[in-house]
Order: sequence, then structure tokens, then C-alpha cells
Amino acid sequence: MRPRSLQLVIAFDTTAAALAFEAAAPAAGLTGRLIPVPTAITAGCGLAWRDDPASRDAASALLAREGIAGASLYELII
Amino acid sequence: MIYLDNAATSLHRPDCVVQAVAEAMNGMGNCGRGAHAASLAAGRTIHEARSRIDRLFHGYGAQQVAFTANSTAALNIAISSLLAEGGHAIATALDHNSVLRPLYRSGAELTILPTDENGRLSLEGLEATFRPDTKLVVCTHASNVTGDLVDIGRIGAACAAHGVPFVLDASQTAGCFAIDMQAMGIDVLCFTGHKSLLGPQGTGGLCVSPRLRLSPLYVGGSGVHSFDREHPAQMPTALEAGTLNGHGIAGLAAALEWLEETGLDVIRRREQALANRFYQGVKDLPGVKCYGDFSTAERSPIVALNLGDWDSSLVSDELAQRFGILTRPGAHCAPLIHEALGTVAQGAVRFSFGYFNAEEEVDAAIRAVDTLCREEE
Repeated sequence: MRPRSLQLVIAFDTTAAALAFEAAAPAAGLTGRLIPVPTAITAGCGLAWRDDPASRDAASALLAREGIAGASLYELII
Repeated sequence: MIYLDNAATSLHRPDCVVQAVAEAMNGMGNCGRGAHAASLAAGRTIHEARSRIDRLFHGYGAQQVAFTANSTAALNIAISSLLAEGGHAIATALDHNSVLRPLYRSGAELTILPTDENGRLSLEGLEATFRPDTKLVVCTHASNVTGDLVDIGRIGAACAAHGVPFVLDASQTAGCFAIDMQAMGIDVLCFTGHKSLLGPQGTGGLCVSPRLRLSPLYVGGSGVHSFDREHPAQMPTALEAGTLNGHGIAGLAAALEWLEETGLDVIRRREQALANRFYQGVKDLPGVKCYGDFSTAERSPIVALNLGDWDSSLVSDELAQRFGILTRPGAHCAPLIHEALGTVAQGAVRFSFGYFNAEEEVDAAIRAVDTLCREEE
């Protein structure tokens, strides 16, 4: 396994929201990627965005700009 | 073979559509089921299709676009949801059974706006039909029999004034006519992918105003919130239980890109020119009766006609067998307009034109009708 490190993780209400976020992320300077949502957030399933914790503000701004409701931001060691 | 049944489904599609479906079948996983490359490839393609649909109809955001198998499924979701508690609904005599049957099944009280004997719909009486318990107005944008357009901007404005949701059946016009959900006051737009959107069969969907919360026909796998006993309520997941037709939607996305590049105006003008060429060629032939309002050029590219008293099925079969011209006879799943036209027993032969038809094909169809008219004499 790869060594774990602190990451910003954004969980979404829908797959469509995750994909909308991914589509807009590069223009917002975000360099993360979609991952399966970690079980620390939900034992269900779905997509989450993993990124550098330093990008939290940019990610929050992007969520607001894109009108993506219901997303939650976490910092996890994954 | 000359294919003039584009109102039923498009037969000729841009090569990029076929290619996109084939590529999707070779490399696409299941959207929203995992985060591996193949699943994400499906998700990104479907997201692109949502975004293009939203842009095409000036909707309320890509996430307010839910995909279904066709417009019948979309209309069933909208109508059954908005009439779940009964009430009153307004529709038109132009409507297809995909509108009428869900309305009949709902048990709601119905007001059907009538047409005259030429199939012209009057909206003069629209205002008076609203009631305190009116739950929706639903109608087609264009008759799939006559090609006549409905003034949906006027209906949308009336619905907005009364606070009643407006559901549009855009099956015959999506991809050919400009439709602006926000400007026209459309709350739910139901579309099918395989007609003038030029995508594969098995694709369709609905764009929903965020002020409405529609209930799904089905619940089940969603790719999110797996331990919840209830299906997620968020759009579009709320209306998309189970695996989407990702392969078909990939083709639809390619078709939408082609439509954007080509331009709806270019497509519509060509299709209207072909339909008008045909109409001008047949309208004065002996025994030919065309149905609908041809006083305006702004109509869907359809010409429905009969030859004397001949059964429309026999005429359509004759056209196919002797001339290789493919048309649609009968009632076209639109019983009320045939009642208005007086063609319940005879049906009508529908010629419907698409962007990829050629002028020579139209001329061949005119000659074929002319031949049959002369024989009929």
C-alpha cells in the first residue's frame, strides 16, 4: 500500500455532482482526482474528490460557484 | 430505399454517433459504480451529455437533467408525479398517447384543448380552463401527425401566471427547433434521443425546474448512500435508478455535439425546405388531401395525407413495395387529432423528413404519389 497522508476529501450527494465538480476543477486550479468515497465518511458507496488540504478554500469556492449543494469537506489521513 | 419516417425515428445519423456508441461499448464501464478509469469514462461522457442537453434547452443546470429510456418514460414520471394526488390537468387534442395514457391512468379530471377540423389548435380558451385544482398543463410542441406547432411560449406564460407547472413533450422538435426552458416558462421538458436529436434509440430524459420535486417510477441502485432504505432524493439520481444506457448516451452526446456544430437553424431550414418541396408537389394532385396548417413555414417537417378514400395502410404499403418509399400509416398513437381530422377509420399516410434526406428522394416520393393518384382515377 502507498504511505498515507493528510488529504482534503470532498463527498458528494450524487455521482452527477462529483462529475460536475471534476469537470470544473482544472479551471479552478485544482489538481486532485476522483476516488471511491472512503469508508471513514460513509460505508455506502460513491465518488469523492481527493486533493491537497491547502486547496480547501479554492474547492469551497468552486462548490459555491457551480451551485453544488450537499457536498461535505473532510480532512482525512488516507 | 427512401426513408421518410423520421418522425418515428431517425435512420440516417452522423457517423460520429455510430462511432461513439461502438467506442463506448469497447471501453466504457458503469457510471457511478466505482472510481476506476472505465467507470469514470462513462461518468464523464454522461456528464458531457447532461451539460449539452442543458445548454440546448437553456435548462436549470446539468444536474437537473435525468436520463430515461425515451420520452414516454420521462412523461410518465412527470405526469404521475404531478398528479399523484389527483386534481385537474390540461392537455391538447394534438397529444400523443405517451401524454394521454398517463393522464387517463392518473384519474385526474382532464380538459383537452380542441382543434378545428384541419387540426389547428386554438389557445383562445386556455385562460378559462385553469381551475384552483389544476396541477399541470402538458402538451406536445408539435403534432406528430400534422406537424403543426403549438405556441408553447404562450402556454408557459399562462402557466406562470397561474402558478401551474408546464410539462412539454418535445419529442418531435428537440434538435430541430430552439427551445428555451427559462424564457418559455417550461418546468419539465421531456425529450427522446432518437428522433431529431439523432441519437440512439433507448435514450431520452427530462429536464426539471428545481422548484419541482418529481417522484421516480423506479427505485433501486444509485451508486450512492447504499445503506439508506430510501432512494436518494437529489437530482438526477432521484430519477435514475439502475444502470444508465451509457452506450446510448455516448452516442447521444456525439449527436448533440454534431447538432451544436451544424446549427439548429441550418437543420430546421433544410428539413422544412424538404417538407415544403414535397407539399408543393403533392397538394394539388387529384384525390390528395393534406392535413394541417400549411399557411406558415414554421412547422415540423411532416406532411400527412390521404389519397381519396384509400386505406392509409394500403397506400403506405404500396409506396414501400413498389417504390421503396418508407412512410407511416394509421393513427400514429395520436387518437384525438385523428378524431378531429375525421380520419379515425382511414388513418393517414405520414411523410416525415430529416436532415439527411435528399431533394431527389423528395421528388421520387412526389412522383410515386402522382402515379398512385393517376391509378386511383
